[in-house]
Amino acid sequence: MVEILRHLRNMPYFSCQTNLPSLPMSSSDAKPARQRPKYYDLNLANLPAPGLLSILHRITGAALFLILIPTLLFILQQTLQSELDFQRWKAHLGHPMAKLILIGFIWAYLHHFLAGIRYLLLDVHVGIDKVSARSSARAVIAAGFIGAFLIGVWLW
Amino acid sequence: MVKQAPVGAHYGLRDWLLQRITAVVMIIWTLFFAGLLIWCPPQGWADWRQMFTGNFLRPLTLLFIAALLYHAWIGMRDIWMDYIKSTALRLTLQASTALLLIFYFIWSVAILWG
Repeated sequence: MVEILRHLRNMPYFSCQTNLPSLPMSSSDAKPARQRPKYYDLNLANLPAPGLLSILHRITGAALFLILIPTLLFILQQTLQSELDFQRWKAHLGHPMAKLILIGFIWAYLHHFLAGIRYLLLDVHVGIDKVSARSSARAVIAAGFIGAFLIGVWLW
Repeated sequence: MVKQAPVGAHYGLRDWLLQRITAVVMIIWTLFFAGLLIWCPPQGWADWRQMFTGNFLRPLTLLFIAALLYHAWIGMRDIWMDYIKSTALRLTLQASTALLLIFYFIWSVAILWG
């Protein structure tokens, strides 16, 4: 995957070029808009922190909808309906693999939660300038991982 | 004949706002539920059942689920709108999402009041 990205980045189409405009054209000899090279930096590591936070917010949101909602509803239904099922699910969730998956989803929820609070604050113009927006994005990404780790330790 | 794709009906702002209102509802429920799990964790099945079928957490949880499903609807609709260029496919996915969310809501009521 990294190789593909690197390859794409080295292709002229993707490489960074500044487009210094040539002499301004007068409207009389206007040609069809010329093809400008596009530059996509496909390396996520070069994405500014707010961008990374944003795409993680979207990915975690989709995962929470596609997987977590039906799974949790199913588990809630099972555990509420009889004591036997409750004990069974308690045993299932005590399994190390289940705990790892659970911690993964706790991270997804926590990231979505914290990033969402950051967006709510941005909506009311708290921390809207570039410097604080970038540092709050870094803080939220870090807090998501640290929080998930701590909850994981507590669960284990 | 009006040739217009069934998009852009000016419900953007309303949905944007509702996405935030539902988010606040979910924040409150999440903090409340996390506090409950930390400070008075349910001991065994009877406690667990009592917690969700009691008249306190039960309506709150349904409110949370309703907020969650509406929030998920806006988020998923945004994702389909951003990435699925074919109108037919996008509407199919949007409709499936909406139906699934309605199903989840009915299922939630059945779970909590079943």
